[in-house]
Parts: sequence; structure tokens; C-alpha cells
Amino acid sequence: MERPVLPYANIDTKPFWDGCLEGQLRLQRCSACGVWRHPPSPVCPACLSDAHEWVAARGRGTVYTFTVVHEARRGWEKLTPYVVAVIALEEGPHLLSNIVNIAPEKVAIGLAVEVTFAELDGSTKLPLFQPVSS
Amino acid sequence: MSTVSGRYAIVGVGESDIGRRLGRSGMALQLEAAKRALADAGLDKKAIDGVITRPSHAEPAFNYSAVLAGLMGIAPSYFTDIALSGAATAAMVLDAVAAIEAGLCTTVLIVSGDAQTSRGGPRRGGAVNWTDDFEKPFGMLSAPESYALAARRHMHEFGTTSAQFGAVAVACRKHAALNPTAVFRTPITLAEHQASRFVAEPFRLLDCCPVTDAAAALIVTSAERARDLKQKPVYLLGLGQGFTHSDLPWAATMTTTAAKTAGERAYAMARLGPKDIDVAELYDCFTYVPLVTLEDYGFCAKGEGGAFVEGGRIELGGALPVNTGGGLLSHGHASGALLLSEAAIQMRGAAGARQVANAETAIVSGQCGVTGVNVCLIFGNHPN
Repeated sequence: MERPVLPYANIDTKPFWDGCLEGQLRLQRCSACGVWRHPPSPVCPACLSDAHEWVAARGRGTVYTFTVVHEARRGWEKLTPYVVAVIALEEGPHLLSNIVNIAPEKVAIGLAVEVTFAELDGSTKLPLFQPVSS
Repeated sequence: MSTVSGRYAIVGVGESDIGRRLGRSGMALQLEAAKRALADAGLDKKAIDGVITRPSHAEPAFNYSAVLAGLMGIAPSYFTDIALSGAATAAMVLDAVAAIEAGLCTTVLIVSGDAQTSRGGPRRGGAVNWTDDFEKPFGMLSAPESYALAARRHMHEFGTTSAQFGAVAVACRKHAALNPTAVFRTPITLAEHQASRFVAEPFRLLDCCPVTDAAAALIVTSAERARDLKQKPVYLLGLGQGFTHSDLPWAATMTTTAAKTAGERAYAMARLGPKDIDVAELYDCFTYVPLVTLEDYGFCAKGEGGAFVEGGRIELGGALPVNTGGGLLSHGHASGALLLSEAAIQMRGAAGARQVANAETAIVSGQCGVTGVNVCLIFGNHPN
């Protein structure tokens, strides 16, 4: 699936994108208070500690909300209609992604989903979500 | 906090020409609005010692207020740029009052607007959000997708319907038909709204505000000085700013917005409540936004915004006319600047065919951050 926009890993976000390359949804967890967070940040939004570890999340959650995008921006024409969704991960944080491997009209709030990694080029994989297979 | 209520006033209002593909720069539109505000106030440009702007995205520039002041040939003692997107113009009013109160200046020109359809290149300038890497690769590229996520959540939690979003679009267009400066003046029906194509579900084309070339300017000074000037003062009774999130996907709640705290702060300063408000000018980049803002400003209970906007309640002649000039949806975009000028015109009783009879108070919202940043202003035609 080609994407006109690729993520750019910076010093704060590189572990997340490296995790994707290795097939892991790696998120930050505060070493001081234990709260998971996303998107990546140098400090914990709960206690402001900068001590944290990168931990592989289970990669499962539910659709919290979603939109089906019909009107394509330049470069995205081949992808419409596509589903942009907020996933509520089991660990707590929300993640923005796409729901794939399901017809857009069948996506609903509460749908159980799991991560699947899509290779874009040799150096980037995107964490997308599909209905739980079981 | 209550000390500034009623002690400052809007004494000049100017709107640029408004349209699509006017072929003029954002700066040209801002200067036109500024000149018209000066003429409206009966003030010479030398009276302006404060300038607050929102930089154009069409021709991005640093130090925008300094550039504008230079082009106007004035040397203000206080000037700054506010880059809070759709909350910027309302936030400028807070800043103007704070700057005058601090003794940094006496008479502030605030001006905002842009040439959104007259630029040649890509629609967005250089600014990027720090979370772009976690949004744009997934196709969340612009406003419709973002606000759609919140609107869908509101539908899920409270049973809000697309037809209720449509009631907002119909009301704004009905009002725009009475506003000679509005860009979209042909009335629409709910059926036409429902038949318009999806942009990003649940938003249809007629749920989305078009981009336009437009700017508006206001002049703010002390109430004492205002009483000696040409126009009937529009008093600033309540000012409030609120925050819940800068990026929607990570908001703790998507359906209670920053309007709640901003509104509470403005009401407290004004010593007024929702029942005291005669007209509302609410940021409406998408139809969902004024609907949820009405809830958070306390005009109805949480979750009842959908029912509230139905049945003509928000139309002229209804219990609470909303967006009497047509709003962003039908009047013009200007990142919400026209909501402020329209509210001021209503307070003067000068809105002609779209005037709300006997209107004495108006509530205005600016917002950005996909409902996470809100500025609430309460205007009055007497100092309360």
C-alpha cells in the first residue's frame, strides 16, 4: 500500500518506528508511575518524569471512533475510500491508524482489532489494524 | 477577574471584500479590513498604538504584526502575532484587553484573515504539528477527517444524527441569504444536505465550510475612551480561554470540549449565564462544532445539542439565533474573524435584515485543536 506521506523518525520517536520494523508495537511506559503513553514524549503527561522504558504492547484494542475518507487529497486517490480510526489499546493509550482487511461499511465503534504491519519501503513499516482473526 | 468586565469595548469594525479567488494577497485583505475598521471608528491611524495579527498562511511571514504596522506606516508600542488558528481572532481580544490593562498601549487594532483560495501552491504553508508523523501517514491529512472522528463519537454516545448536523448547515445558509457580504447565499434544504456527497463520514460536503478570501478587523480600547468615539461601543463583558487537548486522537474525551471551561470563565467574568444571551456566533468549520459548543456553553445539556439545533431554534426568529451572518459555513472563513465582526454589528443593532431584535448580549467562540482549544467572548451593548 503506497503512502504519499511517510513518518519521519526523530530522537523522541525513533524507538516507536524501529519497533514497527521489528514487528512490535512498542510504546513508552513511565518508569516512575507506570502510565503508558502515546504519542511519544520526553516526559510523562501524568507525573512529568523523564524516566521511561519502551515496552512491546500486545497490539490489540477496539475501535474508539473512525471516519471513512471519501474525498482524496492529492496523491491519495488510489486509497479512497479508506478508514481512519482511533484505536483504544488494551494498555490504555489511543493510537491513530487505519482499519484494513474489512469493508469500510462494516467498521463500527467497539470492533475488536489487532495490529498488522505494512511494509512501505525498506526502512519503514506502518502499524495498521485489522479485525481480530480468532 | 471581574474587574475588566465592561471596562473595554470594540469601537471599530471592518471586513475586507469576501469571496473566492479574489486574486489578492492575505496581507492586502488584512490591510483593507484594517482601513475599514479605522474609518468605521472615525480614528486616524496614528491613534493605533497596539497591533495584533494572525499571520497569513497563503504568504507565510515571520513578524507579521510588525510587517503590517510597517505597511500601515504606524509605530505601535505593543504588537504581536497570535497563531492559534481558528481561536486566534478571539484570543486577540483577550490579548488586547491584557495589553491595555497593563499600560502597554491604549487602542489596539486586531486583524485576521487570509487569501485561502488565491494562492498558487499547496494549500498549507510551512507549519507542521509535532504529531504529524502519527497522523498523516495514516491519511489523516486535514480538518474533515479530524473533526469527523469527534462527530462520529458524539453520534455514538448521544444518538446525534446527520440530519441534525444538516439543521446547522440550513440555518447558516438561511442567514447568509440575508447578508449581502456572504459568499454562499442560495438557501439549501435539509434534503439537499442529505443528498450531498460524503467527504469524510459522517461529514457530507454541506457539513464542511468552504475556504474563502476574507479578513476582518476590530479596534479595542477602554470603555471610557469608547464613549467619546463615533460608534456605539460594544462592551467586552466576558473573556475566557480553555484547553483540553492539542490533538484529537489523544483527547481524554472527544465530546466535552474546551468550550466548557472557556464558557464558564467568560460567564463568571460577565456575571451572566446562557439564559442571558441573545445571539451566538459559534465557530463552525464543520456543522458538528457549533452543535457541541452549544452544549458546552450550557444552552442545553450534554448530548442534547442535536435536538437543540432542530426545529428552527437556532434560526433568526428562534430562541437563540446562531451564526446570524452565515458563519464560516456560508459567510466566509477568515478563521472565525467574521464571527467577531458580525457579533459586534449585532450589538450595534446594525445588521439590517438579519438583525436579532432587541439583542443586548452576544456570545462568540473561536476554536482550534479540533475542539481542544476554545476562546469564549461575551459582548454587550451596555457595560452591565
